[in-house]
Amino acid sequence: MRKLNWPIWLGLLVSFFAFFSYPFIFVNWATTRDFPWANFILFAIAEVLIVIGVKRAFAPGRRVFSKILGAIGALISGLVLVGFILVVFVAARQLPPSTNAPQVGQKAPAFTLIDINNKQVSLSDLLSQPIPSDRAEMVSTARPSKGVLLIFYRGYW
Amino acid sequence: MRSIQKQLPQFTAVGIRPVAISVDTPEQSRALSQSAGYTFTFLSDSKLEAITRYDLVHKGQGENGGDISRPAEFLVDARGIVRWRMLTENYWVRARPEQVLEAAKALQ
Repeated sequence: MRKLNWPIWLGLLVSFFAFFSYPFIFVNWATTRDFPWANFILFAIAEVLIVIGVKRAFAPGRRVFSKILGAIGALISGLVLVGFILVVFVAARQLPPSTNAPQVGQKAPAFTLIDINNKQVSLSDLLSQPIPSDRAEMVSTARPSKGVLLIFYRGYW
Repeated sequence: MRSIQKQLPQFTAVGIRPVAISVDTPEQSRALSQSAGYTFTFLSDSKLEAITRYDLVHKGQGENGGDISRPAEFLVDARGIVRWRMLTENYWVRARPEQVLEAAKALQ
């Protein structure tokens, strides 16, 4: 009797979805990004399915092959969960200490860099020039700059 | 970046100009801005000049083991003084626009 042990396969599928939905989907909203609770809910669903699947695989009358498949499925889904925890909580914390980064109250170091049109832009330009409104043609709505938010990011290379 | 773009009118309303800085080339940033619809300033620091001055270099994390910037945000007032900053401990966790807007209200 060949009966598909669907909870194992579905559990595996949900495990992979729980992993990849973080960088590709849930990272886009601060509430699901700052702590990946949505992904942990998905992992919990996956593990419930896996447990059901393993129970089925080891039920009396099942073939040895089904037991092996069940065990492998459980192992892979466990590894995906461990990998997720490593990626999100361990690897992501390997950041330089940045002890000499400017502190609150200190002067922000000056710089001159190039923008997307290859034009040179300095920090003092950014601080002194009025901020254009979203509709660039309405010059009269430009506002004086009160400050600049510098967002350093890893880049997409 | 997406959330900054979404809150751009609010930033403009309080007189704050968001500026994104990375090692990406101007061409790469232009492509990103166009495809994602970002209208705020993107600056290229491929030689890590500003990134080094702000002590944010993350060694060997980039393409082919190159150096990149760690994520960090600084709110700088019109006199050039840092008034708020966030150096995240986990690179998935970034400043929320609300946090920055709250800090921006204190600026004169």
